[in-house]
Amino acid sequence: MATTETKPTTARPATELTPSPLDARIPPGPLEQKWERHKFELKLVNPANKRRYTIIVVGSGLAGSSAAATMAELGYNIKCFCYQDSPRRAHSIAAQGGINAAKNYRNDGDSVYRLFYDTIKGGDFRAREANVYRLAEVSLNIIDQCVAQGVPFAREYSGYLDNRSFGGAQVSRTFYARGQTGQQLLLGAYQALERQIGLGKVQMFPRTEMLDLVVIDGRARGIITRDMVTGKIERHIADAVVLATGGYGNVFYLSTNAKGCNATAIWRAHRKGAFFGNPCFTQIHPTCIPVTGDHQSKLTLMSESLRNDGRVWVPKRKGDTRPPNEIPEDERDYFLERKYPSYGNLAPRDIASRAAKEVCDEGRGVGPGGLGVYLDFADAIKRLGRRVIEERYGNLFDMYLRITGEDPYEVPFRIYPAVHYTMGGLWVDYNLMSTIPGLFVIGEANFSDHGANRLGASALMQGLADGYFILPYTIGDYLARGGIAKADTSHAAFAEAEAEVTERINRLLSINGRRTVDSFHRELGKLLWDYCGMARNEAGLKKALERIPELRAEFWENVRVPGEGGELNQELEKAGRVADFLELAELMCIDALHRAESCGGHFREEYQTEDGEAKRDDEHFAYVAAWQFTGVGNQPVLHKEPLNYEYVQLATRSYK
Amino acid sequence: MNLTLNVWRQKNRNDPGRFVTYQATNISPDMSFLEMLDVVNQELIMRGEEPIAFDHDCREGICGMCGLMINGVAHGPEQTTTCQLHMRSFKDGDTITIEPWRASAFPVIKDLVVDRSAFDRIIAAGGYISVSTGSAPDGNAIPIPKDAADKAMDAAACIGCGACVAACPNASAMLFVGAKVTHLGLLPQGQPERYQRAVRMVEQMDAEGFGGCTNIGECSAVCPKGISLDVIARLNRDLLVATIKGVR
Repeated sequence: MATTETKPTTARPATELTPSPLDARIPPGPLEQKWERHKFELKLVNPANKRRYTIIVVGSGLAGSSAAATMAELGYNIKCFCYQDSPRRAHSIAAQGGINAAKNYRNDGDSVYRLFYDTIKGGDFRAREANVYRLAEVSLNIIDQCVAQGVPFAREYSGYLDNRSFGGAQVSRTFYARGQTGQQLLLGAYQALERQIGLGKVQMFPRTEMLDLVVIDGRARGIITRDMVTGKIERHIADAVVLATGGYGNVFYLSTNAKGCNATAIWRAHRKGAFFGNPCFTQIHPTCIPVTGDHQSKLTLMSESLRNDGRVWVPKRKGDTRPPNEIPEDERDYFLERKYPSYGNLAPRDIASRAAKEVCDEGRGVGPGGLGVYLDFADAIKRLGRRVIEERYGNLFDMYLRITGEDPYEVPFRIYPAVHYTMGGLWVDYNLMSTIPGLFVIGEANFSDHGANRLGASALMQGLADGYFILPYTIGDYLARGGIAKADTSHAAFAEAEAEVTERINRLLSINGRRTVDSFHRELGKLLWDYCGMARNEAGLKKALERIPELRAEFWENVRVPGEGGELNQELEKAGRVADFLELAELMCIDALHRAESCGGHFREEYQTEDGEAKRDDEHFAYVAAWQFTGVGNQPVLHKEPLNYEYVQLATRSYK
Repeated sequence: MNLTLNVWRQKNRNDPGRFVTYQATNISPDMSFLEMLDVVNQELIMRGEEPIAFDHDCREGICGMCGLMINGVAHGPEQTTTCQLHMRSFKDGDTITIEPWRASAFPVIKDLVVDRSAFDRIIAAGGYISVSTGSAPDGNAIPIPKDAADKAMDAAACIGCGACVAACPNASAMLFVGAKVTHLGLLPQGQPERYQRAVRMVEQMDAEGFGGCTNIGECSAVCPKGISLDVIARLNRDLLVATIKGVR
């Protein structure tokens, strides 16, 4: 495997174009002053000049909408794209529990530094200190901005903002709007975006999918899109391109992502030269509704906030099939409380998920197939009364009843872990710019901030931090430094990219094989879940690495995509996405195989402590793995960005 | 269970469209309605026919993308989104008629897929608070009575699916507009633009070709988020005040 090591640079803070592929451009100075100083040193674009620049934003979730709206407010011309019929539908809308901010309104000892520390520790020491500190800092502004937009956060009787607790924290710093926090934050950003659309500063392209990135003179200059209604392939040019297209959890087929979530935008950019950071870092969320059968099309998350009041347990005895209410207290194993007494049911996600898998593997799982554990509210209802529980979690209880036909006020929830979030993504520097100059990546689509495991209520925080408060500053510096040549969509790079896109579509439509797109996707997902899911080992990963290229080859020979290109064709849309997943899956396994340690969501069975906890290897793996594409089926090149901890001491992560 | 489906098929916006009958066999009561359609589509593809196009995304009842007229009722027999409707609500041997939302402001794109961009244009006309990033005071600077915050949240729960329009004999969008006007109008931050917001959103609603409200209440009865008719009353009150004040 070819590797290059890049020394960390601290002297060069701004967005310069240099040949060094992995310069994180972390500003010098003390941690607390880095962002403040950096903001001052970033070049500015004069207000009158901003209107001369056009910026493409792909994706309209929390990161994309907030970035598009904010940059339009500043005066830039924005073209924003989403595959849904409206920007308001982006999957950020499904986030339930809340958003973290170090406001310390509870007076319980929270601070920017504590949020920073919890996030670094929660990520199992695989995130950049400087980025995470900045995230904690701007978390304060996010709440203010959202309140001003009219986001109806939960309030106390005094009229002041309420908070709740989330996993991996011992303070209450999570702001929420019932179980619909993501929806309300997204609608805030969406309304800000619509305001700019109304003012003519943003041109919105719904039902439009980005199918390739256009690079001219080494800079990202545009995209090729497909109008999903007419099938028309179009060219769009800009001075910079922002990808805010979310994560790639749907590579597993079954995940809590929306059905349309896909990796095509970031994967196409990766193929064009953007490095992919830590692709094997995926998050398996502990509290999802278990699978009921082969027909299952997606998995549904039950908010982590339920673990504030619910208690997780399984029977002590294997194969105990009694109904939960008939199992006496002393025959129950509250395994999270037992194993992690100081965090209890609020242990972080990776740890809670593995613990659930462990008891199910022992044969103590509940429900059909034994793949489930109880999340019990009986004690909470006794303590607080049904009304309080209804107020806090009513919509989640209703949703569970609707899906399973069981009433969680009467019997405990049955939950099981499911793929939920991807910490990996396109590698970006401190300015959120990828290794392709002019290509910025924000929100879940990038790899930054969460290390090897994300804490609950931090995805919303990161998406909005990137979009409202970070990218609008850093992108100006890139534009102000100039050097972006004049070009238009007749440039050869556009013609070439468009030809490739058209050729690929025609190829997909012409195969007319014997298997549906979904059947390939399901098989790929099962393969990844078995070998690159909650627990991984060398033999399994090698098996997956053999099987994935075979499956990919079969896909290109035997997939059946009905219909035509020049019309609304949902099978064609899916086929393009699954084709990209079939390449990405291989990279995930390569990364998981190379990282011979356990950290956060990446649990390699060979590397664990005596009591089954993840065993990190800081001496050899305290780095970001950034992979460079070298062709389909070829071994990618690994670049390492060393992680230097100047403030936090690397320690064994313990929640006991 | 086995079901007979009468499904609206329409090649594109200009095609007149027609019903086609399909058999859905071996359907599990645990499937969602959309998973049942997935099964039918997989069979259609393998038979060399074109699958039925329908909108969907999150499949957990929050994105608002899915929406089918099922036996003449928007989102079907349970008061929820189509993706959260499960087959246990039907019986073996049932015949189910499946149509797209029908309203002139929501033209059909293909089969069961409609164009709801009119809703976005209504929001763009005034469904926001004009606060640019960076200009906000501290989140706790303005206490908001819990009751007001809770009621605002009730209205803000709207997912923009368009069932209200589809269910209304006049294809009115008053519930949708009322929900946003109520959400923002109940909060202190929303006061400066309150009356202008109501006027502009209603003007856009009319321009899009939605009908007027005649207090039938079908909209609220099918709303998957249970948005109350009160929001329409509140919208009408704000419009009246706007007229008295001469707000344009």
